[in-house]
Amino acid sequence: MNRELLERLAEHLNEVTGFIYPNEVEIHWSILVVVYPYITGLVAGAFILASLVQVFNVKEVQPTYRLALLTALAFLIIAPLPLLLHLGHPFRSYEIFLTPQPKSAMAMFGFVYLWYLMAVLLLELWFEYRKDLVVWSNEAIFPMNWIYRTLSFFSTDISERAVAFDHKAIKIITLIGIPSAFLLHGYVGFIFGSVKANPWWSSVLMPLVFLMSAIVSGIALVVFLYMVIAPLRGEGVDMRCLDRITSFLFYAVIVDFTLEGLDFIHRLYQSEESIKILSRLVTDKLFISLWVIQIFLGMLVPLGIMIAVKSLNFNAELRRLFYFTTVILIQLGIFATRWNVVIGGQLFSKSFRGLTTYKMEVVGIEGLIAALGLLIAPFIILAVFLKIFPASETAEAKEALSS
Amino acid sequence: MLKKIPEQIKRLAIVIASLIAAVITVRYVVLPSSLIDMQFHHRSTVEREVAKNIAFAGATVCGTCHVDQMAKKSKGYHKNVNCETCHGAAQTHIENPANKPSAPRGREFCAFCHAYDPSRPTGFPQINPVVHNPLKPCTTCHSPHDPVPTEAPRECSACHAQIANIKSASPHALIGCTTCHTAPAQHKISPRSVAPTKPESREFCAKCHAKEANRKDAPKIDFASHGERFLCWECHYPHLPERSATKR
Amino acid sequence: MIDRRKFLKKAIWFIPAAGLFRHFVKEGHAKPATEGYDPANHLYGMGIDIDKCIGCGRCVEACKTENNVPKEPFFTRTWVERYTIKKDGSVEVENIESRKGKVGEKTTEADVLRSFFVPKLCNQCEHPPCVQVCPVNATFSTEDGVVLVDSKRCIGCRYCIQACPYGARYLHPETRTADKCTFCYHRIVKGLLPACVEVCPTQARIFGDLRSMASRLVRFKRTKRIHVLKAHLNTEPKVYYGNLDGEVR
Repeated sequence: MNRELLERLAEHLNEVTGFIYPNEVEIHWSILVVVYPYITGLVAGAFILASLVQVFNVKEVQPTYRLALLTALAFLIIAPLPLLLHLGHPFRSYEIFLTPQPKSAMAMFGFVYLWYLMAVLLLELWFEYRKDLVVWSNEAIFPMNWIYRTLSFFSTDISERAVAFDHKAIKIITLIGIPSAFLLHGYVGFIFGSVKANPWWSSVLMPLVFLMSAIVSGIALVVFLYMVIAPLRGEGVDMRCLDRITSFLFYAVIVDFTLEGLDFIHRLYQSEESIKILSRLVTDKLFISLWVIQIFLGMLVPLGIMIAVKSLNFNAELRRLFYFTTVILIQLGIFATRWNVVIGGQLFSKSFRGLTTYKMEVVGIEGLIAALGLLIAPFIILAVFLKIFPASETAEAKEALSS
Repeated sequence: MLKKIPEQIKRLAIVIASLIAAVITVRYVVLPSSLIDMQFHHRSTVEREVAKNIAFAGATVCGTCHVDQMAKKSKGYHKNVNCETCHGAAQTHIENPANKPSAPRGREFCAFCHAYDPSRPTGFPQINPVVHNPLKPCTTCHSPHDPVPTEAPRECSACHAQIANIKSASPHALIGCTTCHTAPAQHKISPRSVAPTKPESREFCAKCHAKEANRKDAPKIDFASHGERFLCWECHYPHLPERSATKR
Repeated sequence: MIDRRKFLKKAIWFIPAAGLFRHFVKEGHAKPATEGYDPANHLYGMGIDIDKCIGCGRCVEACKTENNVPKEPFFTRTWVERYTIKKDGSVEVENIESRKGKVGEKTTEADVLRSFFVPKLCNQCEHPPCVQVCPVNATFSTEDGVVLVDSKRCIGCRYCIQACPYGARYLHPETRTADKCTFCYHRIVKGLLPACVEVCPTQARIFGDLRSMASRLVRFKRTKRIHVLKAHLNTEPKVYYGNLDGEVR
């Protein structure tokens, strides 16, 4: 038997306060299961930002459009990995697609993920890049020209009519894509929110809270990437674009904060049986991750900064500094949100009479290093994507913006 | 009409159609039903489950060979304690009698069940292993297959240890159980078939606690006005009565 | 250089190749569980009489022996809780395994209002939340009312462990699949009792067939006030507690 596991569990057992059911001493969903909703949240959020351009015609945001789509794809590719790594039998995971149990939220999520990946994201990227793929396949050298050609499915028509059709197609796909993105991450919220056994998770608001925090983190990520990549490419940061995006970010944070606040107030007011152990959870075990990181650093400080920027007149350099700080704090805050939901829900006993601990391993398949690797991998993939499929402003976009 | 469909859509349609065709072919044609059919999987799980090893032989089997012990046990207090409760899993012994099960003889074994523990239901025979014939094996006086002790317990505390413990630190410590409770002899042999009595009238407690009573150290109250309709023990716990007359 | 026609011509071979592959892969068959046993005639449940449990722990030990459960205290199919309700209203609960070898230590009775033992195990629910959330159908209810886990298909996602309100499931450290009490299914279909019922010295555990006309469990349900755990979650457990205290979670 795994000695290291037994030693770790013995340590956990020593730090139990009160009474927990004997099988609860092992925390089953570890840091990897915290990383997973964080990543799918970024996907949904980045996509929603991209959809602002297409469906809501927010032209100022156009410079980040392709970047947002590629970010979504890079993170979506990595998204199944934390799940696979944490399974007891990852090589049996194909069973979810082969013999899914239709009542299981987790099983159906596999199909939602596939749908979103194939029918929305890849399709939209294909239409967006098709014209450029055709152009690049003519200009590039081997092997890139063949790669471009295959990816465009050997298409050759880049007439104005064809390109106009592409744009129309993108609009339609985005229209389907927005509810699909909502479904993608709202579903993850449902996976937790539908577990009646766990009062910390079981809540009607859970899918909504997950979704809003996903949108917040996704938008913040694209801002971060744009502010890092644009200077690297030699382009200046478009302040009009940045101001507009941060505006949306601000509204999203307000909605997210409201929803989370509502959940909190509702629980306190109703004061059901679980309130006693949940209060202990929140003041003892989750004090730093909830009050300090998620709420103060992750929401209140960014809100304060954004209100200040909106009401006072700062110059571009100062605004850029504030935006950068804000988006980093928001990422920390949303990661802490995921942590508080996933780990927090397992730290108290279902007997409502005790608390346990989570000692995260550092090495090991479900350890800190694995989690960090999974968080860094999408950026590497994104870098590769940006090299192969440059996302810089196309001439058309520049034209549209100035009109 | 076909000419009007843009060229890229035609190509995309071909790719998507072949993808869907491949998925359907693999799922419904290539893969054998044994990989997919849930009924089959459930049945084979049940099969595997049923084929698992049995470790405990069961209560009735032992009697086919160990007739005397079973006969002895069936008349005593341990008649409902199965052989394997003390002797451990014995299926291997059934299959090969040379594999002898264990026969625990140490004091700590009997103490698993019979050591005093206040959470144990009242009426279950419990002893304090530290003071009850220390150092001697339990089997000296109690045969495990018919554990009636050599002498019938004189005191109720043999089975009602919790009550006795509580009472011994209370103002009623020196009052014997039989002062208030009458226990028919049958109660010691078959406890659940006949219960001891409880005082049925207020006058019983008035014998010590009424104003006119002789008992000097018993607190006195006026029985006419205090809790008229109720029996005293419906409020006051006789095994641990309050020390003073102050209300709770 | 392969053009479209040649490519399609080559691809068409995929179809007969698939058929050939299908022909050679073995078809599986399943035999019935035990000769003469029809699961449709039975519905198993368990009764627990709180008044009789003495907290000796024989059941926990027997279950581990019978079912190859790891001996460490972190994994268990059944356990016994001790409740101590004090006069000031506070409630202390402990798992009796954690006091192994320290029998007879709790002796301060004066503060205690009530105290008793509560054996716990998988409740074999009629509406099991674990079956509802399993993504691959690895855990399922049999016709005779027992919830089993297919350890060859379980992917170890642990969703069922999260969904069980009673803490009855654990991840087996060796098979890396979910595991739990099966009412000793391999024993009961052959007419034996589950191991925990077999060794209970005071008959606090009562196993029976709810579909049978003559069953100790049916009598238990007739003569006692019956409680189930967490009834408000509507899992419809089939472990029935007689004389259960309101403080038990």
